Amino acid sequence: MNKVRAFESTYLFCLKILSGIIPVLGTKRPFIWFMVTSEKALKKPLFGCQMCGQCILHSTGMVCPMGCPKTLRNGPCGGVRSDGNCEIKPDMKCVWVRAWDNSTQMAVFTESIQEIQPQLDHSLSGTSAWINDLGKKNDS
Amino acid sequence: MTPKPVSDLAQRLENGLFAVTAEVTLPDSIEKNALVERAQMLEPYCDAINITDSTGAVPHFSNIAAASILIENDIEPIIQFSCRDRNRIAVQADVIGAHAMGVRNIFCVTGDGVQTGDHPEAKPVFDLDSVTLLTTINHLKTTGKFLSGRELDAKPNLYLGAAVNPFVPPFEERALRLLKKHKAGASFFQTQYCFDIERFKSFLDRLLGLTKGAPPPLLVGVGPLRSARFARWLRENVPGVAVPDHVIEKIEKYPRNEQQKAGVEACIEIVDAVKTLTGVAGIHVMAYNWEASVSEIVEATGLSKPERDK
Repeated sequence: MNKVRAFESTYLFCLKILSGIIPVLGTKRPFIWFMVTSEKALKKPLFGCQMCGQCILHSTGMVCPMGCPKTLRNGPCGGVRSDGNCEIKPDMKCVWVRAWDNSTQMAVFTESIQEIQPQLDHSLSGTSAWINDLGKKNDS
Repeated sequence: MTPKPVSDLAQRLENGLFAVTAEVTLPDSIEKNALVERAQMLEPYCDAINITDSTGAVPHFSNIAAASILIENDIEPIIQFSCRDRNRIAVQADVIGAHAMGVRNIFCVTGDGVQTGDHPEAKPVFDLDSVTLLTTINHLKTTGKFLSGRELDAKPNLYLGAAVNPFVPPFEERALRLLKKHKAGASFFQTQYCFDIERFKSFLDRLLGLTKGAPPPLLVGVGPLRSARFARWLRENVPGVAVPDHVIEKIEKYPRNEQQKAGVEACIEIVDAVKTLTGVAGIHVMAYNWEASVSEIVEATGLSKPERDK
């Protein structure tokens, strides 16, 4: 199995487990601390996570869009270089070129890249994306 | 009864009439005259004029002020908004202010990074991206409310546009991106400079396929190259402009004093090749600092106002 598929399976596994746990423990302070600490510890080295608190990795081919120097969350800008590198960092592959390539390799979320992502809520910076996502679903 | 079109550009495009738009180079002037003179050179040949938003991350004449000056002179502007210099508070404030000045066409772009321009030490904003810029303005347009839910006294009448660049990677994604922007509220599209007709055709085929032959109005971006040296500069310094080698070589065959003419001819050839393609609703001429060339391009391709509606 390739890396993208492995990340996607891990995401689906976590989704299943946390969907059961977060509605119960999502408001408890030790659990919130545990989630923030583990998200930082795991997603930072793996994806360059910047703790925006609104993770959409599964919609972007498991490439963090916050790694784009313009922090674009809805696709590549028009400034991508002909070699597929970033306009601002010429030695870096465009985050969205990678996201597009990876999303085609995914099993479940291939088309999620076409979804419109809402405006980023900057007040959620530094909080747990899992709790924000699954806690919110629970509220509504 | 269908609602009245919000602008002349909207009326043309919604009626399937071929449209010509052009970009005016905003002068580094503290008076109105220089801008008005440039815009008046373009006006007889186009339906609306794009006002850029400190393009290339270089401060230029304010886009809202420039649009207001054009409106004073009976010229219809398409005002560009980028995400680089305004957060969502400033965007919404400027949109309603621009509307009060008579602006109807708003064109949403991501914006060049500050590193591109002459103030690379500036703090870039990018609170929104081009898609959420569209959803934010479209929210004002369709609900008459700010994102916060606070109400305006009426819904602004706006015609929203967006950019598409079929000429840079990821090529396969570009038509889908156009449709994402369409879903987000963009009614018309202008492309980045088209120098590669084959690449454009494959993009258009994909777009036509995805939209069952009925894409939203798409204007092809074109522009004359002043010289082979300028073409190289454009390719290396302006993000997202792809100038193929064969285009530069074609101009380079001529001596320096004839390259300008060759550049205009190459542009005319491109317009002739794309103007009749199914799915092309118009052209958008970007003649950077060279407004005088627009008349020649439009006349030579049979797209002048009297000829185009025959």
